[in-house]
Amino acid sequence: MRVALFATCLVDTLTPSVARATATLLERLGHEVVVPRDQACCGQMHVNTGYRREAVPIIANHVRAFAGAEAIVAPSGSCVASIHHQQADVARRAGEHRLADDATELAGRTYELSQFLVDVLGITDVGAYYPHRVTYHPTCHSLRLLRVGDRPLQLLRAVRGLELVELPGAEQCCGFGGTFAVKNADTSTAMLTDKMANVLGTHAEVCTAGDASCLMHIGGGLSRLRAGTRTVHLAEILASTEDAVTPDQQTKPAVTA
Amino acid sequence: MTAVHLGMPALPTAPRGVGHLRGDESFPAAARSALRDGQLRANLGHATTTIRDKRARVVDELPDWAELREAGRALKAATMARLDDHLEELERQVTARGGTVHWARDANEANEIVTRLVQATGASEVVKVKSMATQEIGLNEALEAVGLDVFETDLAELIVQLGEDKPSHILVPAIHKNRAEIREIFARTIPGVDPGLTDDPRQLAMAARAHLRERFLRARVAVSGANFGIADTGTLAVVESEGNGRMCLTLPETLITVMGIEKVVPTWQDLEVFLQLLPRSSTGERMNPYTSTWAGVTPGDGPQEFHLVLLDNGRTAVLADEVGREALHCIRCSACLNVCPVYERAGGHSYGSVYPGPIGAILSPQLTGVEDNASLPYASSLCGACYDVCPVAIDIPKILVHLRAEHVEAQQRVTPEAAAFRALSTAMSRPWLWHLTQRASRLGRLIARGRPTLPNALPPPISGWTRSRDLPTPPTSTFVESWTREHGR
Repeated sequence: MRVALFATCLVDTLTPSVARATATLLERLGHEVVVPRDQACCGQMHVNTGYRREAVPIIANHVRAFAGAEAIVAPSGSCVASIHHQQADVARRAGEHRLADDATELAGRTYELSQFLVDVLGITDVGAYYPHRVTYHPTCHSLRLLRVGDRPLQLLRAVRGLELVELPGAEQCCGFGGTFAVKNADTSTAMLTDKMANVLGTHAEVCTAGDASCLMHIGGGLSRLRAGTRTVHLAEILASTEDAVTPDQQTKPAVTA
Repeated sequence: MTAVHLGMPALPTAPRGVGHLRGDESFPAAARSALRDGQLRANLGHATTTIRDKRARVVDELPDWAELREAGRALKAATMARLDDHLEELERQVTARGGTVHWARDANEANEIVTRLVQATGASEVVKVKSMATQEIGLNEALEAVGLDVFETDLAELIVQLGEDKPSHILVPAIHKNRAEIREIFARTIPGVDPGLTDDPRQLAMAARAHLRERFLRARVAVSGANFGIADTGTLAVVESEGNGRMCLTLPETLITVMGIEKVVPTWQDLEVFLQLLPRSSTGERMNPYTSTWAGVTPGDGPQEFHLVLLDNGRTAVLADEVGREALHCIRCSACLNVCPVYERAGGHSYGSVYPGPIGAILSPQLTGVEDNASLPYASSLCGACYDVCPVAIDIPKILVHLRAEHVEAQQRVTPEAAAFRALSTAMSRPWLWHLTQRASRLGRLIARGRPTLPNALPPPISGWTRSRDLPTPPTSTFVESWTREHGR
């Protein structure tokens, strides 16, 4: 299959290794990966902060950039959820009905990585090797908007060498919430503290998830505490093989520096 | 939006200076203090986890929960679509059964009506059933201002009243207090209390019971709220756990009920759905211990005078917002509070309104007008746990986002934030400019000076992040850039 990769603005700018891993994984599975150069953002940050009018041209750019793609995959539950649940509404409210229809149509072909692997490709064993103790944080939008359920866990369980440990209080938000992390920094930090306590309680080396944004939050907190437990995106774990046991993981914390 | 405002006066919102819908400070400021209260965090963490687990157990055992929830949502939506008809039918039926209906535009009118009605009885004190509507309008303060004594009879409301505190939860107003703190309040404030009072829950309940029993027996006037007002029979319903409500609703000569207009349901049969949804969602019980219903007056049995005060206080304005109006479907179960990670940490007082938590964050700003509670729609990480548990499927995250936009669009001047978001929108909709912006972010590498993370001390608003979290140093190349370099276009 020819798969268009939507890196997402945050991954592309701050953690490109996550998009690279997604491409590597899909190519290893025998698919052709294309990366539309004109992609930027899904518009979620604008919509969720109250700038829904300003989100319309961003959505229009996204729809233009991916027009004609057979399948679109993004390594983010949150961005895919915004594409599925917000884009068309926001466009329609602005009177852009054509854009809304196009966005709806595009959303039908847009998948979060774990959903694409398990539901579209029908595989749970992607042939990965990752010899580490790992705990999984189900990010809120993957869990409650996309309903990815245990798909990421199915994928992780099939990874050779990986020891999966259950995260207590897994379904509680890490406190990221986009601009919430800055506008309500204290409450966000309180939520993060409890999430980190649970992560550290597992004695995992790695905390993984399907969203680089939430991982940047959890990882940023763990790194600040010099905790040693690092955050690694699900795509990076699934892209790892015996030949490449330590891919370039930019979400690893500062403590190693 | 402009279309609504053309030629149509803005509908009145809840007035300032009365009631408890507005806080003294913004949510982030109030939360900053509350988060430092370790006892509060411990009490709330324990209590919300307990109720949350109980609710999950009793909801999971119902195979038709999803259908019930959809029925509840549909009933509320249909009722709101013809709210005026149902309210007039309720008025006709209550009147036909010997009650008197009063219409209160806002908190001031409602307080005046109730004060006048109490004064007309000649009574000097009032017993109260736990009621959110009367908390919302500040009825206790209004009655006390004319020299009347007001006694809350719900155990948790009593704790709050005796402690000269404020409620912090819709269902469990004293959820922020633990047993030891309640013992201290009782020992200090209840006249003639046993000096050997311990924090054993049974002892505490018995102390409250002894204190209240005397007041029930001598009360001549009671004030209640209502969980439901049934239009086709003129029946009011109160759902409770303790039985104090039943005492108030049956012993006094005069009963005054203050009900928000959104509490009306068309038919008696509708209770079939709501009486299943409510107790399981609120206390995590299959059925609540006491459900009291009454219609008008019955000669020789119960109160001989009954008044129903129908309260608007901004509700019609909420109804006019086609996205936000779903907030009026709320049946005050508190399930959204109990699962909310923000509520669990910041506590109910941080919201500044009697309606805290996720539902409060969408209800309070709509009742007062968004600008009077502008920080509340942002008091959420949009995790969506509230929507999942809401028994009438109110899409709280969607309304939060809608109200954020209403706030942004209400600004007359361009705020620095708006300027930044507009600039970013321009960049993110033009690929060449976006690539330039991404390259500009690499200036961060200069201040990182070879370290994998940026310095902790950065100017606002980034400082909000870096105060407690490291920010990775931007990489030398974006993914799209390097991919394009390798693969061509």
